[in-house]
Amino acid sequence: MSTGRIHSIQSFGTVDGPGVRAVVFMQGCPLRCVCCHNPETWSFSGGEETTAEQLCARLLRYRGYFGTRGGVTVSGGEPLLQAEFVRGLFALLKRHGINTALDTSGCTPEKAETLLEVTDLVLLDIKYTDPDSYLRYTGCKMEKPLRFLELAQRTGTPVWIRQVIIPGLNDTEESAKRLAQLKKDFGCIERIELLPFRKLCTEKYLSMGIPFPLENTPEPASELMERLKTAADAD
Amino acid sequence: MKFGEWNGFNGGEWQSGINVRDFIVRNYTPYTGSEDFLSGATARTEAMRKRLRDLLEEERKNGGVLDIDTETVSSVCAYKPGYVDKDNELIVGLQTDAPLKRGVHPFGGIRMARAACSAYGYTLSQRIEDFFTYRTTHNDGVFRVYTDEMKAARHCALLTGLPDAYGRGRIIGDYRRVALYGLDVLINEKQKDKAALAGNDMTVDNIRLEEELFEQIAFLKKLGEMASSYGCDISRPASDTREAIQWTYFAYLAANKEQNGAAMSFGRTSTFFDIYAERDLRNGRYDESGIQELFDDLVIKLRLARHLRTPEYNELFGGDPMWITESIGGTGEDNRTLVTKSSYRMLNTLYNLGPAPEPNLTVLWSSRLPLSFKRFCAKVSVDTDAIQYENDDLMRGIYGDDYAIACCVSAMKVGKQMQFFGARANLAKLLLLALNGGTDSTSGTVIGPQMPVIGGDVLCWNEVKERFGIYLSWLCRLYVNTMNSIHYMHDKYAYEKTQMALHDTQVERMMAFGVAGLSVLADSLSAIKYAKVSPVRDESGLISDFVTEGDFPKFGNDDDRVDSIAHDILHDVHEELKKTPAYRGAKHTLSALTITSNVMYGKKTGATPDGRKKGEPFAPGANPMHNRESCGAAASLNSVSKLSYCDAQDGISNTFSIIPDAIGRTADERVSNLVDLLDGYFGNGAHHLNVNVMNRDTLLDAYDHPEKYPNLTIRVSGYAVNFAKLSREQQREVIMRTFHTSV
Repeated sequence: MSTGRIHSIQSFGTVDGPGVRAVVFMQGCPLRCVCCHNPETWSFSGGEETTAEQLCARLLRYRGYFGTRGGVTVSGGEPLLQAEFVRGLFALLKRHGINTALDTSGCTPEKAETLLEVTDLVLLDIKYTDPDSYLRYTGCKMEKPLRFLELAQRTGTPVWIRQVIIPGLNDTEESAKRLAQLKKDFGCIERIELLPFRKLCTEKYLSMGIPFPLENTPEPASELMERLKTAADAD
Repeated sequence: MKFGEWNGFNGGEWQSGINVRDFIVRNYTPYTGSEDFLSGATARTEAMRKRLRDLLEEERKNGGVLDIDTETVSSVCAYKPGYVDKDNELIVGLQTDAPLKRGVHPFGGIRMARAACSAYGYTLSQRIEDFFTYRTTHNDGVFRVYTDEMKAARHCALLTGLPDAYGRGRIIGDYRRVALYGLDVLINEKQKDKAALAGNDMTVDNIRLEEELFEQIAFLKKLGEMASSYGCDISRPASDTREAIQWTYFAYLAANKEQNGAAMSFGRTSTFFDIYAERDLRNGRYDESGIQELFDDLVIKLRLARHLRTPEYNELFGGDPMWITESIGGTGEDNRTLVTKSSYRMLNTLYNLGPAPEPNLTVLWSSRLPLSFKRFCAKVSVDTDAIQYENDDLMRGIYGDDYAIACCVSAMKVGKQMQFFGARANLAKLLLLALNGGTDSTSGTVIGPQMPVIGGDVLCWNEVKERFGIYLSWLCRLYVNTMNSIHYMHDKYAYEKTQMALHDTQVERMMAFGVAGLSVLADSLSAIKYAKVSPVRDESGLISDFVTEGDFPKFGNDDDRVDSIAHDILHDVHEELKKTPAYRGAKHTLSALTITSNVMYGKKTGATPDGRKKGEPFAPGANPMHNRESCGAAASLNSVSKLSYCDAQDGISNTFSIIPDAIGRTADERVSNLVDLLDGYFGNGAHHLNVNVMNRDTLLDAYDHPEKYPNLTIRVSGYAVNFAKLSREQQREVIMRTFHTSV
């Protein structure tokens, strides 16, 4: 039986997909995004090894809270790195009638196709909307998440695009408009969520002894967020 | 029985004997719609609200007590009528002759009354002092019979907060009876009951009940006199909504004038009042706004209720509480919802008058509540943090569908059951006492079975378990016997005449025991079982601290290894208590509820094997210890929901705090998610939840008192942090941000 590596479970999440959700944070990520809030999930060696069956049993303990809208979200780390494991987990969850959501950067689309068959919703983190920034701040080529998006389109999987707005890096209206364009081009995109960059992870970086690249970056003002949301939602 | 006041009501059993439930079931109108019909505050209500605000402000400025009548012994007819604003009040009646002026109640204990006066710069009048040199109080009586061991258990804070020097409270008169039947009927029924007793042999039980009935009848008459002084004839039934609310309130007021009970709860009145409101709306006597005004005015009166208490009392039960608990909603035994428009009106007072802790509005949550009502309650929680929830589906099977909550979590059939309140035993301290073989290391008190201090370099699970069992048996017997002494004397010297007159004569009694430090004990036992706990001994050989190495399962993470320990503790305590008979055949019940006393209990308890330092507060009620929950809110709720209500039918209290950002992004999502959370938690068989969806002020409070907010999780950009784990500076920043974004 194949096993996966998870970092932790948050049993009550309300901001990673619809309704009340249990969120699994997978261990290991190929990216090194400057705004990353979970640096403890980067390493491939840490975390806890578990089987899909064991993990499913743990998650089912929270199903009473899911109501009619909630379910399970697998986040990370990067869940696509353990696509087969996540697929196994989602298949089990679906058998129990649990809604499944995949929170991903889309940077390793290669193994995603069969996973999407058991995924009810994708939360796709499009970190930047121009290829240069994307490569510079994530270490990954932007074609990858776009290929993932094409895959979602082809398999008919609904997608919520998410982007953390970081002052000075991606906080322009042009960038937000490019997201709006993306939504026009891909019918699978149901909504765009812009999230303000926050610095609550500073302490984590400190305790791990690694520098937080955005230590001196301010958090975006709410007026800016409103303006960008309007631009991203424009038809 | 037949009265003109009952025209338009469906008849039934309620007309041939006292049966408020039957009246409700046959006459109420379930409501499944939304809150759209509700009315805002009228100009009159706004003016009254301003007057209320000014009075509360004066009280605050005066050090917490506005005034005390030190010359009068408070009773039903002891004061001239008092008013807030006579011409504009719709519901009248104050405890003394002026708003927020407190009365003295020496029958519980003269020392307490004297100390309370002097704490606020007043002196109890010589006249009262003189009178009580010839009058035995409840407190006098208890101390005449307390054994040395009982005194020692109390002294070293193993048993704390016992109602041996103040009114026991937690008794709810069925105040609705006065509105439905009028006093003449009630007095007549009691006279019939008394006459029926005459055929019995004069045993101690029969003599006591005879005298109690005599007093009940006398105080029903006094209640009538008090109402007359306000110009109301309550000998007959109430004829409309205003009278129904007024009559009911008079009965509650009389109880408050007579008794300074620890918790003076109101009952389950909204749906009862709704029957009158529906009739008046049909007849055109009132419109919606007029009905809402009556609810608003009632709540203003309830917010003015006060008792005089000592600073020591406040240390246990902080915030000058009255626990004027009003139970709202629930489902009927016939599966119809008991939600009516007046359930909404009662909650709407939080908008019309602003949020406040009193009355203690308690929603009886059922999976069958109409969705729109569930959503309205969740909205009220998000907006005000002022309401609590209790599992009606759990309680209905035991208490039927006309029970109410006394104090915080104590269910009882209205007018048919009462309880003997019993504060709580400190279980964490009991563990330390057991390890030290019968010496309390913090106070030096020698108490309980005497044996050597437990030996060895590392505590052995089986040995500790066996020894704890010995001490638990000992304490439970002592606890029941102590309570028996207290309640015998309370009945004898401070009997609740008005409240018991509004109960059936043959009442069922429950004796409500309590535990504090449940999660501390569970985690300590888990540490002993799953980690390595080495006791640290002081010069005298007593264990004063522990070194705990290795990790162990902690309550609040949905981990059955420790959750089962917590479950078994409650079960074992209850089983042990039942072995000693309770006074007047009372049924032994148990609660995991500390109110605010968890801080004081912690202060008086040494270091524990779970890593808690000497003097550190316990978690409140059945809450997991703060900062030990690492899997999020649902896991924490799951742990608490594993405690069995069968073992603790006096209630299992859980206080849940979450910030708006963590319950959902939009107002609508917050409401939906909170509904799902409540359905999930209660669907698991959990009993009670205090919900805090915190605003700025609460966050500021959390900054000063982090121990009160064990579950405070914030999610930001797809990532969660525990508020308490942030640095002080970041906490300040979060306060700033939430402050900013919530506007």
